[in-house]
Amino acid sequence: MSCTNKRHILEIDELSVSFLQYEGKKSTRQVELPVISKLSVSVHEGEIVAVVGSSGSGKSLLAHAILDLLPYNAKTSGSMYFDGELLTRERIHSLRGNKIAFVPQSTTYLDPLQPVGAQVRQSRKDPASRQRQRELFGRYKLGQGVDEKYPFECSGGMTRRVLLSCALMGDPELIIADEPTPGMDLALAKQSMEDFRAFADEGKGVLLITHDIELALEVADRIAVFYAGTTVEEAPVADFASQESLRHPYTKALWRALPQNGFTPLPGVQPYVKDMPEGCPFGPRCSRYSKNCQGEIPMQRVGCGTVRCTLYQGEDLAVHHHHGTS
Amino acid sequence: MLLEAKDLTFAYEEREGNIFNHVNLTIESHDRVALMGPSGFGKTTLCKVLAGYLQPDRGQVLLDGKPLPKRGYCPVQMIWQHPERAVNPRLKMKEVLLDGRGVEGRIIQELGIEPDWMNRYPQELSGGELQRFCIARALGEGTRFLIADEISTMLDVITQSQIWNFLLKEVEQREIGLLVVSHSEPLLSRVAKRRVEF
Repeated sequence: MSCTNKRHILEIDELSVSFLQYEGKKSTRQVELPVISKLSVSVHEGEIVAVVGSSGSGKSLLAHAILDLLPYNAKTSGSMYFDGELLTRERIHSLRGNKIAFVPQSTTYLDPLQPVGAQVRQSRKDPASRQRQRELFGRYKLGQGVDEKYPFECSGGMTRRVLLSCALMGDPELIIADEPTPGMDLALAKQSMEDFRAFADEGKGVLLITHDIELALEVADRIAVFYAGTTVEEAPVADFASQESLRHPYTKALWRALPQNGFTPLPGVQPYVKDMPEGCPFGPRCSRYSKNCQGEIPMQRVGCGTVRCTLYQGEDLAVHHHHGTS
Repeated sequence: MLLEAKDLTFAYEEREGNIFNHVNLTIESHDRVALMGPSGFGKTTLCKVLAGYLQPDRGQVLLDGKPLPKRGYCPVQMIWQHPERAVNPRLKMKEVLLDGRGVEGRIIQELGIEPDWMNRYPQELSGGELQRFCIARALGEGTRFLIADEISTMLDVITQSQIWNFLLKEVEQREIGLLVVSHSEPLLSRVAKRRVEF
């Protein structure tokens, strides 16, 4: 899915997530509510890949799906691979917390009954752990006194820095970060991103899930654009330098809306996945909409990126060409 | 009209020290001022004092030389960073709007608020949709000053652009003075006429 022969650390192929819900307050009939529909994205060694979508678009569920943290009434389909091997439930459970680290959005992931220093060390008391934890706290300007504080005694920004420290403490190969920097000023946000960059540069991978495209442009190598539950384009960051080098009309609209690029808004709002029109979810807002857009539209390779749009005649995506067979 | 912060000093708890000391700030009706400073330093607290949510320990907030009214609609309105925390979750959105006291139908339309969102509860709307309501609510007929505290930080760029294009037109038309807090340099270049360091 990119112009590189680098090893895939994470590969997600047409992931769909839906929730089983009861139809109304008094009904016993169950309906399936789709939230993510055919999301495909991959992270290679040395890369930071950002999945960019608006808040409430379902993108946080991607992190939960990879880590098997979805609620009991969730249904998933599609496949996920880590280091070339299928991510089964058992495999996820053994990898998460060590090889796959998670920096969650909500600060409620911390244990309210344990001081933060101990949590970051996972209760270890050996000098090496203490030193590493102190180092990380120091880097994020968390003073000596913070080690003994409970989560409720820390500000929002402080708890986020604690969560970041937790993830970097171990020796993960992949970090999944879900909105890791809201509430941080640009200087501090960039600093935490620098650590992700250093981490990736060691030959590891970062999957960054965010609504903040400006942050993604600063920090990521590739961006997967998420709209109404599905990925519509995946492109190297360099393609975002101009509208012309971008593919999907929605991505172009994002580009035009940036304050540095015209600040021109596209009218309308993103539909809920349950209210989606047939075919392309962006159809109703697209100036290039045609009858062809009403059917199923596959992801195609165009240049160094991919796009899900009838305006393009690209190549079909080769599936798992690196998995031993071809 | 003139909104003045005169020598403001404020602390949440005495033992923790002052959040800010002797802050002076003036905003005029045609002004669009950016409040700059790193996070966690008290910018939101200053906004809360300016909008009358908190009383300063020392100093005054004056509107045309007089203190903010203690009753009725406050001419200084604040829009918060997290809309889901700024609305009563037990009210339907149409009721949330009623707090706005005379929000013109035109504003509701221009903000892109869809009629069928009116009967929904806050939890049923996305952050972007909720924020539109919060902005409409703050634009009642009595509003003279608007304090926008990181209002689009949590929103995608298209929603941000829609909201700000509308707001800039609105504050210009109605001569509403604007104080903006934001981390985004590109956004501030579009929105602010001058900057003040906190």
